[in-house]
Amino acid sequence: MTHKKLLLGVEAIGQGAIDGGISGVYAYPGTPSTEITEYIQENEVAIERNVHRQWSANEKTAMEAALGMSYAGKRTLVCMKHVGLNVAADVFMNIAVTGINGGMVVAVADDPSMHSSQNEQDSRYYGRFAMIPVLEPANQQEAYDLTLAGLDLSEKYGLPVMIRITTRLAHSRSGVQLVEKARAENPISLPSDPMQFVLLPANARRRYQNLLNLQPDLLELSEQSAFNSFENGTDRSLGIVCCGIAVNYFRENYPGVSPYPWVKISQYPLPEKLLKQLEAAVDEILVLEEGYPLVEEQLRGFFQRGKKILGRLEGTLPRAGELNPDLVASALHLEKPSGQVTSGTLVNRPPALCKGCGHHDTYRALNEVMEEHGKGKVFSDIGCYTLGALPPYNSIYSCVDMGASVTMAKGAADAGLFPSIAVIGDSTFTHSGITGLLDAVNEQSNIVLIIGDNESISMTGGQDSSALGRIEAICEGVGVLPDHIHVLESLPKNHEVLVSLLRQEIAYQGVSVIIPRRECIQKLARRKRN
Amino acid sequence: MKCDIVLAGVGGQGILSIATVLGLAAVENNLYLKQAETHGMSQRGGAVQSYLRLSDQPIHSDLIPSGEAQLILSVEPLESLRYLSFLSKEGYLITNTTPYVNIPDYPEVEGVLDSISKLPHHVAIDAESVAKMAGNAKSSNMVMLGAASPFIDLPLKSLEEAIRSIFARKGEEMVTVNLKAFHAGRSFAERTLNR
Repeated sequence: MTHKKLLLGVEAIGQGAIDGGISGVYAYPGTPSTEITEYIQENEVAIERNVHRQWSANEKTAMEAALGMSYAGKRTLVCMKHVGLNVAADVFMNIAVTGINGGMVVAVADDPSMHSSQNEQDSRYYGRFAMIPVLEPANQQEAYDLTLAGLDLSEKYGLPVMIRITTRLAHSRSGVQLVEKARAENPISLPSDPMQFVLLPANARRRYQNLLNLQPDLLELSEQSAFNSFENGTDRSLGIVCCGIAVNYFRENYPGVSPYPWVKISQYPLPEKLLKQLEAAVDEILVLEEGYPLVEEQLRGFFQRGKKILGRLEGTLPRAGELNPDLVASALHLEKPSGQVTSGTLVNRPPALCKGCGHHDTYRALNEVMEEHGKGKVFSDIGCYTLGALPPYNSIYSCVDMGASVTMAKGAADAGLFPSIAVIGDSTFTHSGITGLLDAVNEQSNIVLIIGDNESISMTGGQDSSALGRIEAICEGVGVLPDHIHVLESLPKNHEVLVSLLRQEIAYQGVSVIIPRRECIQKLARRKRN
Repeated sequence: MKCDIVLAGVGGQGILSIATVLGLAAVENNLYLKQAETHGMSQRGGAVQSYLRLSDQPIHSDLIPSGEAQLILSVEPLESLRYLSFLSKEGYLITNTTPYVNIPDYPEVEGVLDSISKLPHHVAIDAESVAKMAGNAKSSNMVMLGAASPFIDLPLKSLEEAIRSIFARKGEEMVTVNLKAFHAGRSFAERTLNR
C-alpha cells in the first residue's frame, strides 16, 4: 500500500512527529503554526497512544513541559509562531546548554510579510544564537522527512533541533509520502548524567563546553546532509544559494535545468565547504532566503576575498516581506509576462470583528465613556479585539506583545496618565497578563483592566483558553479586591450597565477588573454545527 | 496538463470548499497539486485568496507567478479584480456578481460589474440566484465551481465524485442539491461561451 496524504506544511510536521514516535506535543496557538498541534489532536494514532496534545498557557510553559518530558526520556514536539519563541527564549537558550534526553524538535513558523503578526523576525537567528541544528524544509515532503530526521538527530547529539518554516509552506497543501508505520514511543529513562540539567555555574560551564565541542560535528552533518545540495551549471557568471522554500521560486523560473550553478540549503549550521565549492565556480553569488539576510551576512564573512554577494542586504531583493516567483525572476533579470489590469478602482478589505461578536458591545461602551477623557488612553493586546484599533471604533492605542496592555497601562499610570485602561482577551491574559496584574496590584496602580472574555482563543480558530472559568479567581488570587472585580454578559442590552461600571471604576483609585463575557460567536456556531 | 487558479473571496465565504473539490479530483487523476491558503487574521471578513496549481509535472512554487494564471475564480465581484495581475492575457475571470458588502467604502456595484465586463475573457454569474433555482442558495460556491469547470482540464466524473464525497457527511439531499448547483453553473458558463 502506498501511503500518500495531501497535507499542509504544518500538518506534515504533525504527521512526522507522530510517525517519529513523540509522546507529547506542547504548544500555544499562533498563526501560522496552530494546525501542527490541531492535526495531532485529531490524529487517530496520537489519540490511541494518548500522546499529550493539550494546549499550554504560553510558549514558555509549553517548552518547559516538553523539556520535562524529554528529561523523562520521551520524544516531544514543541510548536509556536516566531514571536512565541521570544516568550520561550529563556528556556530555549538554556536547553541548548543542558541538552535533552528524549528527542526534541522545536517547530517555529515565521510570518514574513506579517500576514498575521507584529513583526517578521527570522527564527534562524535564534537557532544560530543557541548553536543548535536548524532544519528548513523546502516543501511539504521535506517538512515531514525533516521532522522525522530532526527527532533522530536530536536524540543522537543530545540537543534540541529547530524546524523553521514560513507562512507559505505552513499553509500550502501537497502530496506527502509517509513511512509505513509510526515508530514506537520511547520508554521512560532518566538522563545518564544526574547533573546534566543542573545549570549551576560550574556545571553550566561544562555543559556549554560540550555544546561548543559539538559544533564541528554539527557542521560536518550539514556538509553531508542529503537536504543540502550542489548542482552545477554552465553559466559561471552567477551562482545561486537557495534557502528552504526559496528554492521553489528559483526552480519555478528554470523549470528544466538552471544555467547557473546553485546550492540548496535546508540544514544549518551553513555547510561552509559546499558553499565554497559554489563560490570557487562563479563570479557572483545571489542569495535567495525567506526572512532576514542571515545567509548573505554569513557568506560575506566566509568569502573575505571579495566576490560580490547579492541578496536582501545588498539590495537586489527587497529587504522586507516574503519572496515570490516574481521577485526571484527580477533578481535573475528574467523577462516575465505581465498580467491583466482593471479599469476600476480597488478598495482594501481589512479584517473586522464578526457580526454579533461581544467585543462590539465592549468597544461601544468604552468609546462612550472615553469621550469624557479624550483619546490615547486605552492600551490593548493581541487577539481579535486588536481590530478595535481600526474603524469604526478606533478605541485602542497599542498592540505590542502578549500581555503588554496590562503593564503598559500600569507604566502610563505611573507616569500620571489618567485614566489608564487596558483591554485584553481571556487567553492573552492567562498567557502573559497575570504577572503584570500582580505588579499593578503590588503598587495599587490606578488602572482599569477590561478582560474581554469570549471563552476561546478566537483569532487562531477557537482553541480552548487556559482562562476558561478561572478569570475571577485568578484576579482575586493575584490580589485584586473582590469589590472591584465585575462580570457582565457582553450584550447590547447591558450597554448602560457597562458604561456605568466603567465610569465607577475609572473613578476608583486602584486596580479594577471588568470582565465582559460572552462565548465567541464563531465558536458557538461551530459547536452548533457539530 | 497545467492549470494555475487564483481563488478569491472574503474570509468566511468558504472558498476552501471549492479548493477541496478540485484538490480531490486532481489527486484522483494522479496530478501534482499545490494549494496555498490564507489562514489567520484575514479570515475575519478580510480579503482572502488561495493559489491552486495542478499539473502532470512536478510543481515547484506554492505561489503562482504574475501573469501566468489561467483562471481567477472569485465568489465576490470586487475581490475578483484584486488579483488580475496574476491572470495571463488569455486567462478567464469567473466571478459571482453578488457583492459582499462589509466595508463602508465599497464602490458602486455597477462600476465593479462594468470593470469586469471590460475584461477580454470573463464569465459573470449571479451564483445565489442560480443556486436558489437549483434548490439551495447556500450552494452558490458549487455554482461557481461549475462555472469554472469548463476551463479546467479535469474529468467531469471526478469533479462530481469529489462533490459527492465532501457533502456525503451531510446527507444525500445535500449531495443532490450541490451537484445540481454545480451543473447549473457549468451550463451557464457553457451558454456564455457559445454566445
